Amino acid sequence: MLEQQLFNALSLGCVYALFALGFTLVFGVLGVVNLSHGSVFMVGAYAALEAITQLQLPLWAAIGVACVASGLVGLLIDVLVLRTLRQRNVPHLIPMIATIGLGITINSLTQGVFGAENQRFPAGLLPQDPLQIFGLHVTELELGIILLSFVLMTLLLLALKKTQLGRALRAIAESPKAARLLGINVEGLFMLTSFAAAALGGLAGVLIGLYSNALFPLMGQPVMHKGIAVIILGGMGDIRGAMLAGLFLGFAEVLSVAYIGSTMRDAVAFGLLFAVLLIRPKGLFGSVKERKV
Amino acid sequence: MFETLDNFWSVYSNLVLTLGTNTLLALSIYLTLSCGMLAMANAAFMGLGAYAAALLTLNYNAPFGLALVAGMLLPALVALVIGKPTLRLSGVYLAMATLAFGEVVRIFVLNTESLTGGALGLNGIPQSTQWWHVLLSVAVSCFVLARMRRARVGRAFEAIKEDETAANLMGVDANSYKLLAFVLGAALAGLAGALNAHLTFFIGPNEYGFDRGVEILTMTILGGINNLVGPVLGALLITLLPELLRGLKDYRLAANGLILVLIVLFLPRGIWDPARIRRFFSRWVRAKAP
Repeated sequence: MLEQQLFNALSLGCVYALFALGFTLVFGVLGVVNLSHGSVFMVGAYAALEAITQLQLPLWAAIGVACVASGLVGLLIDVLVLRTLRQRNVPHLIPMIATIGLGITINSLTQGVFGAENQRFPAGLLPQDPLQIFGLHVTELELGIILLSFVLMTLLLLALKKTQLGRALRAIAESPKAARLLGINVEGLFMLTSFAAAALGGLAGVLIGLYSNALFPLMGQPVMHKGIAVIILGGMGDIRGAMLAGLFLGFAEVLSVAYIGSTMRDAVAFGLLFAVLLIRPKGLFGSVKERKV
Repeated sequence: MFETLDNFWSVYSNLVLTLGTNTLLALSIYLTLSCGMLAMANAAFMGLGAYAAALLTLNYNAPFGLALVAGMLLPALVALVIGKPTLRLSGVYLAMATLAFGEVVRIFVLNTESLTGGALGLNGIPQSTQWWHVLLSVAVSCFVLARMRRARVGRAFEAIKEDETAANLMGVDANSYKLLAFVLGAALAGLAGALNAHLTFFIGPNEYGFDRGVEILTMTILGGINNLVGPVLGALLITLLPELLRGLKDYRLAANGLILVLIVLFLPRGIWDPARIRRFFSRWVRAKAP
C-alpha cells in the first residue's frame, strides 16, 4: 500500500507545514524565534473545544473563535514582551529566551485551569467514514488539512509578493530601521504579523487537535520541536521553504516508519535537522540572508 | 541543637543536595554562555552522565569514584565529537542544533530498552552520593572556574564573547577555545547527572528533555553570567523557588516561566550584576551625603 502511505505522508506533512507557516512568518518579519508558538497553538485547540462544548458553536465558528483567541495571545506577547525588548535593543537571543518563559507560563496556566488530562472533541463533529478515492482511504479532515495548508501558503505568498502590505513587511524583514525611515508603520505591522502568525498557529491547533483527537496542555511541545526542524530545514523565514520542508518531514517520517520501524520515528526529524544544520546551515530550500545584529 | 539539625537534615537533605547538583548544572551552561554560545545540550549531557554512571554501578558494581569519572568522560567525549562541526554554527542555529541533539539523545535512550530500560528508566540505583561528594564537586568546580577566569583561557572566553572576529584577529584561536568550553561544560553537566542519579534512586529519559534544558538555562540567566556568583545564586533561587511557591500548586511552573520573562525584561544581565549594584550604592551614598 505505497499509495496509502504516500497520502498519509502528504496529510502529515501538511499538518507540519500549517504549524510552521506562522512560526516562520514571525521569524521572517520580527527576527524572533518564537518558542511560545507551540503554546499559542495549544490555546487555539482549547479555545475551539470550549466554543464547541460550552457555547455549542458549530465547527466553523469554533475555528474562528480559536483563531481570534490565539491571535490575541500572540498580540499580547508582542505588545507586552517583544516590543519592550525591541526598544531596549537587546542581543538577538534574549527575545527567544523570553518566549520560552512565556510558553511555560501559558502551558502551566492552561494545565491549572483545564487539568493535565487528555480532552477530546465531541464525537460526531466530523464525518468519520473514510471516503474511497482511487482506492485510498481518505477522511474529509485530511482533505481539509491538505487543501487549507496549500491555500493558506498561496495566500501568504501572494500577500507578501503582490500587495503593498507585503512589500512593507519585506522591507521590515530587510531592515526595520530603514523601513521606519521610509514611513512604514513598523510597530503596527509587527503587531499585525504577531496576530496573524498566532491566528495561523491557533488554526493549526484546532486541525491537529481534530486530527489526533487528543488535547492536552503540552500538546504544543512535540509539534513545536518538529516545527523548529521544519523552519530550519526550509530556511528560516521562508514561507515556501516551510511548506516544502513540512512535506519533506512528513514523507521522511512516514516512510521511515514503513521501512525502518516506528520506534525511531521521532528521531528522524531531529536527526535530519542536525544533519542539515551541519551540512547546509541555511536550510535545505532556503536562500535567506542571515539577520545581522 | 544537634537534634534540630538532624531533623532539618532528614527533611531537607535531598533539597540541599539537589541544590548542589543544580549549581553544577548552572555552572556548566555558564561555561558555554561565557564564551558567547547558547548551547542547549546540557540536559542531554547530564542524561548521558547519569546513564553512564548508573549503568556502571548497576551492571558492573563499579566503585562510585569510577562511575563519577565515567559520568564525566562520556559526555565530554560526545561533546568533543559533535562539537567540531556544531560549533561552526552561531546564534539561533547553534541553539537549535544543540536542542535537536538533545532530542536525538532522549529518543535514543527511549529506544535502546535492553541497555537503558527505555521509557521505564533505570530503577534501584544505590544512593551512594554523600553530602561531601556534592560539596567537594561544587567547591572544586567553583575554584577551578574562578582561577580560569583570571587565566589566559578566561580572558580568551571573554574576548570571544564580546566579539569573535576581533578575538580571532588578536590571535585567539576562537574555535579551539569554544570547543574547550563546550567539552568542559559537558563534563560538568555529566558530573551533575552522575551525582544526581545516585541521589534519586531512579532515572528516566524524560528527565533530561527540553524542560530540564530550559530550567538549567533559567538558573544561569536569572543569576547572570557576569561572574561565578550569578549561576550559583540562580541555582539557589530556582531550586528553592518550588519550595517557596508550594502554595501555588499547579501554577508553580507558571511562576517559574513568568520569572524568566520578568528577568529578561527588567534585569537582562541577571540579578547579580556588580556594575548595577555598585551604581545603586553610589547613588545611595550620594543621596545620604549632605
